[in-house]
Amino acid sequence: MLKLENVFYSAGGVDIINGISMEIDERFVAITGPNGSGKSTLAKLIAGIITPTSGKIFLDREDITNLSITDRANKGISFAFQQPVRFKGITVKDLISLASGKKLSIIEACQYLSEVGLCARDYINREVNGSLSGGELKRIEIAMINARGTKLSVFDEPEAGIDLWSFQNLIKVFEKMHEKNKGSILIISHQERILDIADKILVLKAGKIDKIGTKDEIMPSLLGVESGCRYVQEEK
Amino acid sequence: MDNIQKHLLEQIADLHEVPQGAYSLRINGSLHGKNSSENIEIVNKQDKPGIDIYVKAGTKKESVHIPVLLSESGLKELVYNDFHIGEDCDITIVAGCGIHNGGDENSEHSGVHAFYVGKNAKLKYVEKHYGSGDGKGKRVMNPTTVIELDENAYMEMETAQIKGVDDTIRVTTAKLEKGATLIVGEKLMTHGDQYAETRFTVDLNGENSGTHVVSRSVAKENSKQLFVSKINGNNACSGHTECDAIIMDNASVSAVPEIMANHTDAGLIHEAAIGKIAGEQLIKLMTLGLTEKQAEEEIINGFLK
Repeated sequence: MLKLENVFYSAGGVDIINGISMEIDERFVAITGPNGSGKSTLAKLIAGIITPTSGKIFLDREDITNLSITDRANKGISFAFQQPVRFKGITVKDLISLASGKKLSIIEACQYLSEVGLCARDYINREVNGSLSGGELKRIEIAMINARGTKLSVFDEPEAGIDLWSFQNLIKVFEKMHEKNKGSILIISHQERILDIADKILVLKAGKIDKIGTKDEIMPSLLGVESGCRYVQEEK
Repeated sequence: MDNIQKHLLEQIADLHEVPQGAYSLRINGSLHGKNSSENIEIVNKQDKPGIDIYVKAGTKKESVHIPVLLSESGLKELVYNDFHIGEDCDITIVAGCGIHNGGDENSEHSGVHAFYVGKNAKLKYVEKHYGSGDGKGKRVMNPTTVIELDENAYMEMETAQIKGVDDTIRVTTAKLEKGATLIVGEKLMTHGDQYAETRFTVDLNGENSGTHVVSRSVAKENSKQLFVSKINGNNACSGHTECDAIIMDNASVSAVPEIMANHTDAGLIHEAAIGKIAGEQLIKLMTLGLTEKQAEEEIINGFLK
């Protein structure tokens, strides 16, 4: 599905991604790692928001390295932002319709909202502006990805801010999404319960892949690091 | 009506034919037709061009349409329309002006609308301006609105000038008595070499009177806009003025909000923001498959909705 070949990215003289090669064909792939390890940058490289300094990106064997955001979106890549964007005057229904690529009926738009636990009646005509909370925006962001229904969906920390809505529901949304689209879902996350559903976990460190493997291979080491102070361990 | 006039009418009033109920339709400088209803009387002015509209006290859920169409190049007119809204009314007035100028001379419509709104009355006033035609002559509109709201009267004024008006100076003044409320929503888009100037002055004279004056505008290409809004708080009152503008290409926008409090219990706020379309908004819509141009259009359409 998606393949990265020796991808480097630097900005303002700082090397952020330092030679990442990977392949994603599984249902759920999780990317985790400490802050500043390059996770969000990697997601932006995949969506085309930024272009690699060197290296190549392939989608179904097609070189998409130099394709625009729009072209990649139309070839089947969706990207849920870590911090959803606010718009003045554009309603929730407008955005979900744009995402689905057709004019949706109220019932269709409502279905997408209900799946992310929002009572559609309350939201459908709301403007996607500062009057919505961070958590509400996050769920609308997920509903948009659902409405797109592409073969590759990338989520940047989807769990952030959706505290009142259980993780179990979020996971159900991902599972249903896969059932429908039969594609791959790439999730950047720190959450153990999200990593737990991953078929493959990649751990980034300083812009490189530090570890790669199944959850059984990766989780014990992650939890080990989390339980102690890394500096103390490194100094030993 | 010919097809050009029908198109103008549709743009400014969503009407396909002469409206039902009370109306006055002015085409190319003269009255094309008018109709009074049981509760709404429309009378021609004797001393100058224009009409007086009298709405009987207690009239509810009725509307008045007063569109003006200009399709002859080089026409200039100044029209006075006075609205006398009785106590306890609840009505809607739809005004608007459409100019089609296919010639080389300037076409100009200036309308002076005065609203005298009685006690406890509720009025919604909608005004749309639209210009078309590819002649070299300019399409000029200079609307003046004078508002007097009696005790506990409520008026909502929605104005939109989205396309085709080359030159406009819009002046609105309002005086509010005790408990009266005025809500103004202005939508404006300029392009090419257009110039638009808007001036609001609201005097909050009565206790517990209040106003919101909100303007959203988009300035494209080489167009210029000036927005001046002044709220005077002369009693215990609340006032809020907001100007929000998107600027593109080589356009220029100037926003001058002014608030003046002459009473310790006057609560007044002004806000003004001018900026280009946020890059992240464009990127978000592009990740949904829209091109940059389509994304820009969606953002502007939403902003001016």
